[in-house]
Amino acid sequence: MAELDQTPVAGNGLLDRRIFLKAGVAGGAALLTAQAGGVEREAWMKMPGAPMSDNGVPSAHESHVKRLAVSSQPGTTGTGVSRTPLEFLDGLITPSRLHFERHHSGIPDINPDDHRLVIHGMVERPLSFSLEALARYPIKSRIQFLECSGNSGGLIAPEPLQQSCGVLHGLVAASEWGGVPLSVLLDEAGVKPGAKWIIADGADAAMMSRSVPLAKVMDDAIVALYQNGERLRPGNGYPMRLFLPGWEGNACVKWLRTIKVMDQPAMTKDETSKYSDLNEEGIARLFTFPMGVKSIITNPSHGFTMGPAGPYQVSGIAWSGSGKIRRVEVSADGGSSWADAALDEHVLSRCLTRFRSAWRWDGGPAVIMSRATDDAGNVQPTRSAVLEGRANGAFYHYNGIQAWAVSAVGEVTNVYA
Amino acid sequence: MSMRNALLLVCLGAIGTGAALADDSPGLGQELTATELAAVDFTIMPDGDGLPAGAGNAVTGRDIYNQNCLACHGENGTGGVNDVLSGGHGSLAGPKPLKTVGSYWPYATTIFDYLRRAMPFQMPGSLSNDDIYAVTAYLLFVNDIIAEDAEIDAESLPQVKMPNRDNFVWGYTPE
Ligand code: HEC
Repeated sequence: MAELDQTPVAGNGLLDRRIFLKAGVAGGAALLTAQAGGVEREAWMKMPGAPMSDNGVPSAHESHVKRLAVSSQPGTTGTGVSRTPLEFLDGLITPSRLHFERHHSGIPDINPDDHRLVIHGMVERPLSFSLEALARYPIKSRIQFLECSGNSGGLIAPEPLQQSCGVLHGLVAASEWGGVPLSVLLDEAGVKPGAKWIIADGADAAMMSRSVPLAKVMDDAIVALYQNGERLRPGNGYPMRLFLPGWEGNACVKWLRTIKVMDQPAMTKDETSKYSDLNEEGIARLFTFPMGVKSIITNPSHGFTMGPAGPYQVSGIAWSGSGKIRRVEVSADGGSSWADAALDEHVLSRCLTRFRSAWRWDGGPAVIMSRATDDAGNVQPTRSAVLEGRANGAFYHYNGIQAWAVSAVGEVTNVYA
Repeated sequence: MSMRNALLLVCLGAIGTGAALADDSPGLGQELTATELAAVDFTIMPDGDGLPAGAGNAVTGRDIYNQNCLACHGENGTGGVNDVLSGGHGSLAGPKPLKTVGSYWPYATTIFDYLRRAMPFQMPGSLSNDDIYAVTAYLLFVNDIIAEDAEIDAESLPQVKMPNRDNFVWGYTPE
């Protein structure tokens, strides 16, 4: 009955007769019965609904909202990505089930009772922590984004890829991460003078390993045990992961197993061969840690079809690895003119910030884009500014302005503007 | 707090060697023996710190490579379904940069470190340290960095200067 238009078409609530034609005799009878009692009941209001359950799942009508472009390197199942379907989401927290993944050798099936976090290297006392022990430490909450530094890498393609917002930009998500400040554990172990870096290893089959400056670790790193209030999901590092607010996702080592305190970085494969930025002169930059200021319009975006000309809400997300979002501007004329968007109430440091603009679409071709500024004064660059001086194929750390074209028939596509 | 932890804390406190714990830290870390530590320490530093005993060269390395790696990385590391491991020398500043172990990686120690952690992909941990030294030597050899009979071990590996070593800058400056 939901699809029937019950708007009165004549005085005193007379409904359109076509309701009966569309719904057939049974539907018509139901409608009449409901009306006879002076109240209306939809089908699902006429009997008790489903019982309680011990695990929540999304509505069956939302089953299309899934991680996107799940893929692995040829011949493997474990080293690849799955992406957050940004175009279907609103708000700032990403549901845990939709948080993007990037694994280098699959998701280990870790027995938490056997897992230990070992802190060693340049410390007075090498220490080992069980999950049970860590869970007794005071937990710090961080409502922050996590972004893979390969996110939006498809935007370096010479011609714009016709893929959805989530496929192009969905290696970013925001969660409430709860965990033990690593500084507390390092203080307990007693960091020796001269130490400058930690080397963090994961307990996955690749033993993914990254070096992280000690200064960052002592400042705000946590060993996260909780994501959005529940224990980490296996794909996000169960039972514990490193979380470095605002810094590239790969350095936030999942399934955290060891932390070795050192005076220099280890130069692991994933901080030299990968996640490094090559320029056109053949010089590569290592250790680009904080993610750049960035925003994307998620709605409307590639694949959407506009309705009739008229007022629309344009909404998206903005974030910066350096602090809070101070401002998001939106353009509907390909960047010739800009207007400030409204920011949702929760503007948190190093978190996704939701912005919204009202737009009256006149039914003609348009190019919409957004540009973010953070509270350190960094302004999101254009695509060509980001690519300036880069080597061909250098795709990490891309934060250029995203443009979507709206055609005269209301189709939304990815364009370079 | 378990009885054991509670006792440990009391003992540490009593003999005055306990960590200077913050007021809100329960101090539940367990001390480890050197053997327990060695078992979890896989880190190898660019100066060779962490490299285990053992040795190998490209001659034996070729057999190990062909059996365990070729299927995914191709003959002589020239690429198969997965990463290209050799060649690309001099390409980085050109229109089509080819980043390989030989053309791009700054440190030879990273090869041993990574192989011991992660390769062969479907069976990490299946190669002995000698095998890993040998495959490391083989990858250096197919990239024209060392001779086929050069012995690679904890002494010689950190001394191998990778061709692209000096073409890196850091985006992060330590205080
Ligand atoms: C089943 C296929 C497979 C086999 C067999 C395999 N590898 Fe790999 N190798 C991969 C994949 C997949 C990656 C990328 C892993 C990632 O995403 O982090 C990789 C990455 C590498 C890299 C890093 C490349 C770079 O430039 O960053 C090296 C070096 C390497 N493998 C060497 C070897 C060696 C040596 C062997 C044999 C002992 C081996 N591989 C066996 C699939 C394989």
